[in-house]
Amino acid sequence: MAYVAIKGGAKAIQESSRLLEYLRTQQGVHSRSIELDDIACQLRNLHSRILSESGLYHDDLASLALKQSLGDPLEASFTLRAYRSTRPRNVESDPQDTRQMRLTRRISAAFKDIPGGQMLGATPDYALRLLRFELVNEPSESFQASAREWLTDLPDEAEPITFPKIVEILRHRGLLPQIDSDPEPAYDITREPLIFPLPRSARLQAMARGETGGMLALAYSNMRGYGDLHPTVAELRVGYLPVSLPHPISGQPVEIGEVLMTECEMVTKFEASDQGRPQFTIGYGACFGHNETKAIAMAVLDRCLQKGMGHGPDHPAEDPEYVLLHIDGIDSMGFCNHFKMPHYVTFQAEMDTLQKTRGDSGSNG
Amino acid sequence: MADITDSSNESSAGQVPDQAAPFGFLDAYAKREIRRSVLKALCLPGYQVPYASREMPMGRGFGTGGLQLSLSVIGPNDVLKVIDQGSDDSVNAVNLRAFILRTCPGVKETTDPSRASLIQSRHRIPETALQEGQVLILQVPIPDPLTFIEPSERQRKIMHGEADYSRLLVKLYEDLRAFEEITLSHSYPAEIDGHYVLSPSPIPRFDLPKLNHSAAPILFGAGREKKIYAVPPYTQAVPLSFSDVPFQVEQFRDSRGRRLSCQRCGAEDTFLEECQTGDGRRILICSDTDYCWRNRWYASQPVGGIHA
Repeated sequence: MAYVAIKGGAKAIQESSRLLEYLRTQQGVHSRSIELDDIACQLRNLHSRILSESGLYHDDLASLALKQSLGDPLEASFTLRAYRSTRPRNVESDPQDTRQMRLTRRISAAFKDIPGGQMLGATPDYALRLLRFELVNEPSESFQASAREWLTDLPDEAEPITFPKIVEILRHRGLLPQIDSDPEPAYDITREPLIFPLPRSARLQAMARGETGGMLALAYSNMRGYGDLHPTVAELRVGYLPVSLPHPISGQPVEIGEVLMTECEMVTKFEASDQGRPQFTIGYGACFGHNETKAIAMAVLDRCLQKGMGHGPDHPAEDPEYVLLHIDGIDSMGFCNHFKMPHYVTFQAEMDTLQKTRGDSGSNG
Repeated sequence: MADITDSSNESSAGQVPDQAAPFGFLDAYAKREIRRSVLKALCLPGYQVPYASREMPMGRGFGTGGLQLSLSVIGPNDVLKVIDQGSDDSVNAVNLRAFILRTCPGVKETTDPSRASLIQSRHRIPETALQEGQVLILQVPIPDPLTFIEPSERQRKIMHGEADYSRLLVKLYEDLRAFEEITLSHSYPAEIDGHYVLSPSPIPRFDLPKLNHSAAPILFGAGREKKIYAVPPYTQAVPLSFSDVPFQVEQFRDSRGRRLSCQRCGAEDTFLEECQTGDGRRILICSDTDYCWRNRWYASQPVGGIHA
């Protein structure tokens, strides 16, 4: 190895990573390493964000990524994406039908009475956000007893697990456009470059992996005045979607498991249709995991982008390039953090140019 | 360089996925896509080829575009040099090099640019001239020189197709009017082979002439922006300028107009960097640390060095 002027990079990185590992383990003998199951269950919503923002559905790996990143959702999603880069895409699934979702929650803000009924499920929406001080030192006995009691109180008759869709009622009445019976095959943004204008399937996929906060900010700008959508949640669903893949020999679909997901169908302001009579329009949001904020924001943005593609964008949230190139958490946080890297050469060149434009004499003057 | 059929991608049958990554980290399909994009980029000099950039285990903006190129073209017999800001030992260069060596068994490392078959760099082109048989890979943050003139990628693509760089030239002209100087200090745009104008990545102007008729192909990878472009060997690369205002590189001259030299090795023809000494003085030293070291080593030999 040659001698170089600025020494110590490798050693510094090594020591820094040791220090980080100390921060992770600093509770020492007074504690234990957090279990992957603890993360998936007790940090359920954080875990859900990783499933969707990484674009990789794997319960244990999402927990592991959170564990090693000390709970940073951007870092955790990023680690999973990098892992995914080592894996080939072996199979392409057919489109999955979300009417088959095994629901744990489904609500409609459009109609009071809906076929199958409103099903509130688990939500903090109507809870008072008061600190529960009894959880500060939560005894394991009461923690364990709580789940047991809930399970013993379950009613005997089983609830139906699938429900018809609200938007189908509107579609049946001609108030929403019919679904394209022969859609284009889905785009895959992990295998095809993003070339604008993008088809809707590519836009939806980019948003399904988008970062919740970034999408929320853009959708919110539209909701509060930079846009004019009149959105109504026709249906918000949370549940488990059975996933089928074609059998390698017969080609027939075979169910291989299910994924937890959140889906939002947003009915928005009406427009003149192809037949001439006006119809409502629809925005669609769906993501892995339980993440209602993201699904709603995505549905709003989907509708914004349809408007931008059709009539040209009037606001940032309606511009496909503006939205889709800025919502990826891995891209945006990576570039944001790269400014911490050395920029000696570019800064030297900047100084040289500044001194020249100021008329200062000499580079070292 | 590697052959397309390398790296098996068998996944394990159990619940816990296979831990081992293939040679070059990326799966074989990803590498094939990148190599095809490189071939297209070489056929259309300066044209930005979109590709489905993969996520790497280091941050977007830390050289993932360059890294994907390196990992896709590297083979077990390659000799690798990685630099950042001209230095082999800068933290990011160390990190990238260690990762490539870890995922590409057989690859040898060097700091000597004349012995390297593959050089990955950020913000600099080595002072030693590139040779045939080498590949230089540059990491790119903002691939399109029109970005700050036209924010829409779709519009920019049309402008590139029509070789419509009028607004870029107007920007340079406005600079001259306002500052009597084109203020683009780095990433200075250059026209390649008479058509496409590219961003050479944030190399200083000083390095831009090295693109022109380079003996080695220069590949540019922008991971976050998902573009690959190239300057093929022996291809014309002309910095944008006006007939009455020639392109100028950083001069490094003192108030009497004399060329300043490196205060370590004495070189008078290198890109210099300011460095604060322990006692608060500012000195100028070579940004290319390996070149600087070699100069001092030659100078210490009995026959005398090139600057003796």
